[in-house]
Amino acid sequence: MNNRQAWAVILTVLSLFLARQAVFTASGSEELLNHGMVLIPGGVYQPFFKGENDAPQREVHSYLLQKYPVTCGEYLEFVQANPKWKRSKVIRLFADEQYLADWKNDEDPGIETPGRLNQPVTWVSWFAARAYAKWKGMRLPTSAEWEFAAQAGFDSVDGSGEPAFVRDLMRKYSLPLPEIFPQIGQERPNFYGLHDMHGLVWEWTVDFNSALATGDVRNDTGINRVLFCGAGALGTVDRSNYAAYMRYGFRSSVKASYTIRNLGFRCAKDCSKAR
Amino acid sequence: MKTRTHSARLRAAISTFTWTALIGISIPLSVGLGQEFDNFFEVEAQKALPEIKAVLSEPPFAPPPIERDFAARVVVELEVIEKVMPIADGVEYLFWTFGGSVPGKFIRVRTGDTVEFHLLNHPSSRMPHNIDLHAVTGPGGGAASSFTAPGHSSQFTFKALNPGLYVYHCATAPVGLHVANGMYGLILVEPEEGLPVVDREYYVMQGDFYTEGRFGEEGLQSFDQQKAEDERPSYVVFNGSANSLVGDKALRANVGETVRLFVGNGGPNLISSFHVIGEIFDRVYQEAGTTVNQQNVQTTLVPAGGAAMVEFSMNVPGTYILVDHALFRAFNKGALGMLKVDGPEDLLVYSGKEVDAVYLGSQASASSDSAQKLLNLEQQVQDAIQSDPQIASLTKEVQIEKGNRVYQQTCFACHLPNGVGIEGVFPPLAKSDFLMADKDRAIRVILDGLSGEIQVNDKTYNGVMPSLVLNDEQIANVLTYVRNSWGNAGDPVSVTDVSRVRAESANR
Repeated sequence: MNNRQAWAVILTVLSLFLARQAVFTASGSEELLNHGMVLIPGGVYQPFFKGENDAPQREVHSYLLQKYPVTCGEYLEFVQANPKWKRSKVIRLFADEQYLADWKNDEDPGIETPGRLNQPVTWVSWFAARAYAKWKGMRLPTSAEWEFAAQAGFDSVDGSGEPAFVRDLMRKYSLPLPEIFPQIGQERPNFYGLHDMHGLVWEWTVDFNSALATGDVRNDTGINRVLFCGAGALGTVDRSNYAAYMRYGFRSSVKASYTIRNLGFRCAKDCSKAR
Repeated sequence: MKTRTHSARLRAAISTFTWTALIGISIPLSVGLGQEFDNFFEVEAQKALPEIKAVLSEPPFAPPPIERDFAARVVVELEVIEKVMPIADGVEYLFWTFGGSVPGKFIRVRTGDTVEFHLLNHPSSRMPHNIDLHAVTGPGGGAASSFTAPGHSSQFTFKALNPGLYVYHCATAPVGLHVANGMYGLILVEPEEGLPVVDREYYVMQGDFYTEGRFGEEGLQSFDQQKAEDERPSYVVFNGSANSLVGDKALRANVGETVRLFVGNGGPNLISSFHVIGEIFDRVYQEAGTTVNQQNVQTTLVPAGGAAMVEFSMNVPGTYILVDHALFRAFNKGALGMLKVDGPEDLLVYSGKEVDAVYLGSQASASSDSAQKLLNLEQQVQDAIQSDPQIASLTKEVQIEKGNRVYQQTCFACHLPNGVGIEGVFPPLAKSDFLMADKDRAIRVILDGLSGEIQVNDKTYNGVMPSLVLNDEQIANVLTYVRNSWGNAGDPVSVTDVSRVRAESANR
């Protein structure tokens, strides 16, 4: 095989590969739309918590969001394909020592427990969640996107007007963390068809530490200062939205390497790229 | 010494020279850097303080008085735990606690102490938490420095500058919710000379609670935000439960002793009109300041987020009732406690006749004659019930009715209101061979949950049922209900059965 032949073969293989990739991506997103993800039509989101320099409203573009939090089963595939994210291999800077604490070992989330693979994966850091999303060709949602989707009730885009939804929310927060996490999808979905947005696990967002402000550090948003005590009522849009207080409080208490027993994630995807 | 050598003399000379040089340098230095030096020495001095691990106590007890007459570095470790506990008989609530109790553990330090504070948030917590100690001088009282995610810990240090009795509480937004769930306690900063010696000290803290169900409605209750905003509590209690200071758990003292109560009020909403029926506070440290500013007080105000110290000596034996004298709270919402005093009668001080019969009538103590009679009668009723099969079957009816309530709160979501379940997913309870075959197993399933493959009426099920947070009585009732409904017929399940199985499974 001379040089020219070799180049021809390489180019052919490459173009075939690229073509296949293109087809795969197209059908893949179709599949995501039908099965794993739902479309969240864009709109205007009023940030629950607003720093001094933040705009009162934010536009959320249409995007796709996974119906369920990422499960142990899905995460297992991720660590198998990306050994550096195995429990024993992970770099400490990217995940604290509790990373995947409830797994039996590097590749066993505890598969002999029935339903285990369908439980939401927790004890994962923000870095790990982001790496998973990237590997899947997706990304983490922004806090604005997540909150925008989460404020939907059972029957409308704004759950605050649905007494049944509000009651259900408070009930969920009044239960202790279960010894064994339920499987995903057990609770009634919200208006968009999203399951488990509330009550099962907290979820990472890409900008968890900004509280919708522009800065990167918790301090420069002032969220630490103003979320405390009576001062916490200043700067919020809806003082009685206790569930939102709790989520914002939670997000501002964590750092990107933290892993926590009831903190998981789900992935998002831009609409334009998916189509 | 005559034989002092040359070299020794030389060493002495060098040494003198060095010292002179050092002093010569350090004088201008210390003039210029005086502030920094002072600070440096103070920090070093604090590091050099003897380190003491604080002894914390659970309510209703306070740690022993501080004996030392010097400042120390006191290490305090306080763990935040979210846990379900009874708020009244048969009523449970998910409390958020400092140290596993409501109020949280009592902290005792001395003025001038440097307090190294560690706040640990248990991994099973759903929420992040922090602590604002009113004894801390500095923005947020420690709150910003102690904001802690589940499964993490924080550390900060403060100097106890002002003596007094202070409230601490969680200050994470929404702060009202964290406090309404029980996140408060007291820290005493003793004056350097200590408090006057008394015979007994107790720790009592009032709080108001807002549950979806009314007072006494059984089962696990969730927080009712509307009631909290409207300041309409379902419970107003001392030490986190309507039963925390009654019966066996009453405070005790003897005639002739002096009692000091550290009284706190966590709120979040109500001010307490704290009163002890049949006693007069000899001395009151109003709002828990450091001076006795009132003597001979009947009722003292304890603000939400505040405290008071009261002292009184016991002259007459009997049971003294602690109340919030806003009486519907005492009578209908649980704000009652007991102080039982033993010792010889003093008929000159008190003739022996009950004055405040209204309270003693319902929350009767075993010490008064009428209460003793009542107790005996109740025992006779119990005996009669047990020996009469007709009445015994009635108690089964009561169990079934109560069990029905538990079922419709807890079980119906999966097993459906009529017990038929969902074929292949949630096994039926109606006409269920699995349920009726083994009473103890049924108890265990509720206690511990169940996972794995089982056969019910010849169908295979392979799912997970989580363990349920129910008390023994609720489990007995709900099982009696399901074992006698929808075509099932079985004997009642008793509380004793459940307690036995619970003990067995705990030992395994």
